[in-house]
Amino acid sequence: MATTAPATSALLELRGVDAFYGRVQALHGVSVTVGQSEIVALIGSNGAGKTTTLRTISGLMHPANGSITFGGQEITKTRAHEIVALGICQSPEGRRLFPRMQVIDNLRMGAFTRKDKAGIAQDMERVFVLFPRLRERMTQLAGTLSGGEQQMLAIGRALMSRPKLLMLDEPSLGLAPILVDTIFKTIQEINAAGTPILLVEQNAVRALEVAHRGYVLETGNIVQTGTGKELLASPDVQRAYLGM
Amino acid sequence: MGAVGEAIRRRRSDLRSGLTGRALDVGLYVLILAFLFLLGTRVIEHGPDYLLQIFFFALANGAIYALIALGYTMVYGIIELINFAHGDVFAFGAFASASLIPLFGLSEGQVWGPFTILQLLAVFVVTMLLCAVLNVSIERIAYRPLRHAPRLAPLITAIGMSFFLEGAMFLWKGPSSVHYPDVLPDLSFTILGARVGVKEITVWITTIVLVVGLALFIDRSRLGKAMRATAQDRDAAQLMGIDIDRTIAATFFIGAVLAGAGGIMYGLSYNTAVFDLGFSAGLVAFTAAVFGGIGNIYGAAIGGLVLGLIRTFWDGYFDSAWSDVVIFAILIMVLVFRPTGILGMRVPEK
Repeated sequence: MATTAPATSALLELRGVDAFYGRVQALHGVSVTVGQSEIVALIGSNGAGKTTTLRTISGLMHPANGSITFGGQEITKTRAHEIVALGICQSPEGRRLFPRMQVIDNLRMGAFTRKDKAGIAQDMERVFVLFPRLRERMTQLAGTLSGGEQQMLAIGRALMSRPKLLMLDEPSLGLAPILVDTIFKTIQEINAAGTPILLVEQNAVRALEVAHRGYVLETGNIVQTGTGKELLASPDVQRAYLGM
Repeated sequence: MGAVGEAIRRRRSDLRSGLTGRALDVGLYVLILAFLFLLGTRVIEHGPDYLLQIFFFALANGAIYALIALGYTMVYGIIELINFAHGDVFAFGAFASASLIPLFGLSEGQVWGPFTILQLLAVFVVTMLLCAVLNVSIERIAYRPLRHAPRLAPLITAIGMSFFLEGAMFLWKGPSSVHYPDVLPDLSFTILGARVGVKEITVWITTIVLVVGLALFIDRSRLGKAMRATAQDRDAAQLMGIDIDRTIAATFFIGAVLAGAGGIMYGLSYNTAVFDLGFSAGLVAFTAAVFGGIGNIYGAAIGGLVLGLIRTFWDGYFDSAWSDVVIFAILIMVLVFRPTGILGMRVPEK
């Protein structure tokens, strides 16, 4: 397996992670690194283990074998809420908003671990600049938003924790093409402002276009890795995921 | 009200528009009207003073049911489990406070002053804490280890816990009703010909304070926000940095605090307690929670009040031997005709 690990020490590092749902093994020795200012894409088909990888990093489930470190600190068995406090935040698959809370309260929930009121207000403003639609919908219940607005809110909510690492699970799923453009542009903006991003996508082309590096997952195994450009050009990837 | 809520409502009205559905609806209305007619004749027969008297009792009973119902509905809201042991926590509150009252220097027929009020407050606080510790332990022992198990498993341990607690209280105080010290002063006022005693006033005021306090707590506090978030989406709540184990334990804690207060006030009002008190009171309170829309705390408060009215009016004007039957009948009717309760959730979940 060719690895193109970043020269600098990795912010997040998964080493040989095995994960199970009951008796079913979902991840087989997955090793992934994310560097200080990277966008890293995790691509693969349905059921390949992309979401499981993110759930394992977030501590919603724990690896049976292998280790996960974040900023040099071991977080393999750390509980989910403590991982958030360490600075890893996820916008989960299916958005998972709080449907009976207003948009603004969903954003406030994103800042649950923080106490600095001024910083929270500042980040709220930043989210509204990124997604002006959310400002218009501020007092609406999240469950009544359109799909695109919900996706914006999910990303915005994740940003409200001021994460050191942002993980996005299928941010373009079910969105109109024009919104997909907006979302990917926003992802690059967030990254340019200094937040590393681990991006899970079925839309492999778009993901690899914005990613510095990428990993290809297949039935719980990392089968290929390289820079975004390398993977886009790889015949295997093209055949399997890009429909070429 | 999103598209999904609209679709559900349309589907439900489709189901009900069939001939059987309509016949059922008509049957329900006929039943309610017949009952109201019967009640009306009895009310006229007994005169207005009696009606007002029953109404005041009903408000006090309803307040106690509301306090218990809140615990059912909060726990259901957060982990979708009916904590069948909850009624027994209420009964434990009555038993524990019966023992604490003499311990804190209160006795029957004493003179009341500011210090006695403090003593009674101390009984309240200690009892509520004991109930809270009990309920949190129940969650820890019987529900938390089964959090990822099929839903039937914690339901069975809940019933087991209920039997266990009833058994423990049976061993503690025996099979028959025990006397609960009658410590409240025997003062009363006459309002429009009906008697309102210190007992009723104590129940009303305490309940209002607790329910308003609960509403503020859930709406404003950090833990309250964590509880709302956990109730709406447990995984998402964890991803916001919420410690859901602590949040769930806090929900059991608060539910038990309210039930404990209810237990004390039941004892103070009726001056009797029995080991399986939690079963009958729990049944009414559970029905109240379902009536109001399980998971909805305002629904539980209103449901408790309504069920208190129904039960007290039934006991006052009809045969109290049948009141459990009436409560069960209401439970079944709510589940058939309005499974989401009168204030059930109507916003789409996802």
